[in-house]
Amino acid sequence: MGTGSNVAFEVHLSTIPTDMSNEAMGIRGVEGLDVLETIKTYVVENFLFGDDRRIGPATDFLENGILDSTGVLELVGFLEEKYGIRVEDEELVPGNMNSLEKITLYILKKTGKTHPA
Amino acid sequence: MCGIAGICLLRGRGSVSVETLSRMTGILRHRGPDESGIYVDDRVGLGHARLSIIDLAGGAQPIPNEDETLWIVFNGEIFNYPELRETLVYRGHRFRTSTDTEVILHLYEEKGSACLSELNGQFALAIWNSKAAELFLARDRAGIRPLHYVVTGDRLLFSSEIKSIFQDREIPRRFDPEGIDQVFTFWTTLPGKTVFDGVRELPPGHFMQVKYGDVHIQRFWDFPFRSPGDQLDWPLGKIVDTASELLLDSTRIRLRADVPVGCYLSGGLDSSIIATLVRRNFQNDLRTFGVRFDEERFDEGAHQATMVDHLGVHHSEVRVANREIGKHFPEVVWHCEKPILRTAPVPMFMLSDAVRRSGYKVVLTGEGADEIFGGYDIFLEALLRRFWSRQPDSRLRSLLVGKLYPDIFNDPRLQSTLQSFFRKGFERHDDPFYSHRLRWENTSRNRMFYSEEMKQATLGMDGLGELERCLPDDFPGWDPLAKAQYLEMVLFLGNYLLSSQGDRVAMAHSLEIRLPYLDYRLVGFMGRVPPKWKIFGMQEKYLLKKMYRDVIPESVIRRPKYPYRAPIAEGLLTGEQEEIRTALSDSAVKKAGVFDPKRISRLVEKVQRVGQASEVEGMAIAGIASTQILSRQFIEEFPVNGNISLSPTVFVDRRTNPAGWIPECSFTNT
Repeated sequence: MGTGSNVAFEVHLSTIPTDMSNEAMGIRGVEGLDVLETIKTYVVENFLFGDDRRIGPATDFLENGILDSTGVLELVGFLEEKYGIRVEDEELVPGNMNSLEKITLYILKKTGKTHPA
Repeated sequence: MCGIAGICLLRGRGSVSVETLSRMTGILRHRGPDESGIYVDDRVGLGHARLSIIDLAGGAQPIPNEDETLWIVFNGEIFNYPELRETLVYRGHRFRTSTDTEVILHLYEEKGSACLSELNGQFALAIWNSKAAELFLARDRAGIRPLHYVVTGDRLLFSSEIKSIFQDREIPRRFDPEGIDQVFTFWTTLPGKTVFDGVRELPPGHFMQVKYGDVHIQRFWDFPFRSPGDQLDWPLGKIVDTASELLLDSTRIRLRADVPVGCYLSGGLDSSIIATLVRRNFQNDLRTFGVRFDEERFDEGAHQATMVDHLGVHHSEVRVANREIGKHFPEVVWHCEKPILRTAPVPMFMLSDAVRRSGYKVVLTGEGADEIFGGYDIFLEALLRRFWSRQPDSRLRSLLVGKLYPDIFNDPRLQSTLQSFFRKGFERHDDPFYSHRLRWENTSRNRMFYSEEMKQATLGMDGLGELERCLPDDFPGWDPLAKAQYLEMVLFLGNYLLSSQGDRVAMAHSLEIRLPYLDYRLVGFMGRVPPKWKIFGMQEKYLLKKMYRDVIPESVIRRPKYPYRAPIAEGLLTGEQEEIRTALSDSAVKKAGVFDPKRISRLVEKVQRVGQASEVEGMAIAGIASTQILSRQFIEEFPVNGNISLSPTVFVDRRTNPAGWIPECSFTNT
């Protein structure tokens, strides 16, 4: 799980299941929600083939077998294209990529949209 | 090699339908196109479809003993039959034929079920003792030959194949969600189970006795691993010599046949060794056969060519193009009778066709070497993860798994993700499924494609728990490699390699495969060999390589392990694969009820869009397509009134009141 230093945005994620704590990760702000929703849609479409019940913001991809190695590369390709970023090799670690929340925070940081708390 | 079938009345009521038995036998014609036979009395009917290999003229079945109280139908080979026969003749038994079949019968006459421990072979058999009114069924130790059965009301039906049992119109044909769910976890059903409700399989190394309506099943053999304290402490040289002698003798007796015997030669180490043993010791004019792929990443042509040159054998190859995978897939599923998560059986199906066309009925194969000598990545992977877990922060140790799978670890971007994947649970050393759990969890991701109905039906099912309960009592005390080997043998070898990729696709074209590595003497010996001689450092099959270092070209000995695989998405989803497209269509998926049509169409759409499938998506495509095809072939459109003709060469009618339909016979013996 992330640390307090990542706390940056705050919105009510009413469309996302609340069984997993996104508060702890502290994704706040409209942009955070947008990013999270976009990634969720992509993951649900491409790796869960439409089944959105299995995934919450903090669901661990590895633990729950949501992505395999091919999937990780597909996801990175999507993020790079969608957000116009370049994911460096050393950034491609589970700490950044292993849940919707983590990816969202990573994208926000990468695109410079993190507002200091 | 043959097909067997039978009907047994459990409570002495009613009569045996000769018409049903003829259909059951007739549909096994691909297993035994040369002759057929039927025995029927008031309680039992036995059917046999024969592929003549030993005693071509005199071996028609069913065969009786001297006083015709015992009758046998037999599928397979007993390789040590000449030695057994000699002893039996010495003890006064009179033989009508020179077959291995009759040897079993007389041995059974003397020893009952204990005769099985003396049989060195691959078999499924049924013996009817008409005097004692007892039916005896048995299946070989490793499960090379199939045997299915159904108990329904007052009858027991058995056969080499399920489609034969379904010839009885009263047998319901529907999927068993538990069986399907096991396939989508373990790649196969657990021993004894099939994907069809009520249809069972006699597990390998088991026999069944049916008497007075009572069905008793018992194990007579299991893969004999020993705890470390009970393993051989011999010097390596002595182990090398003994294993070499055993494999040579195993190969020698597997050449016994009254027809020529060829060899599969893939270019891998295992089949290269068998071909070498045959060519160097027994046959100068050896004929070999191998698969080639148009797609380079699956092809082993270069190594095949090396071996062909080295041995000077007459070699034929079958070239497999991607579109042919899809073309033959439905027919392969018809023969396999279970979902398959890979397409690798298809090239073997094409190869057996080519072999048969070349005039060969029998080939030796290299199957089984990876299991008994320790050749699979999954074995080494488990050992490396265990080693790594003792120093979890060691960077060096974390890199070892990457050495095992250079292809996927090649991408530096994936290093970290893959390492996390292989770390998962690596500290749980007492997990009985330590070696296989990651793989099974990966496979079971495919459950996400289940329909709501299927999800409900499989809710709370615990295949892992069931498997754990079946493990041998002393399993917890075995070394980690032995545990992994056992799981691999009981599941993947028995129910996939020997079946979907073995017997079924070979017998589809009336070809018998023989497997020298699975001689029980060698398997038993290897169960006592310490793990360090199987996997030495990171060298898999260390002992086997040591045994044949001097006779196999170095390039074949040293080549990296190359798993035999075939294209999935490229084979099934590209080109004009109408039948597969139809099977995956919304309406077909809805009709079968196992999967969610929306999710399937999304999967197909994605794989077509991306142009390739991930490991799990590949399994999903093959597994779902084959399940769908099975549903159509065996449930929705099963030809229950199909035209199956049988003109038995033997028809033995011992009924008190022969009545009703009898087959048109070319020869009658009553």
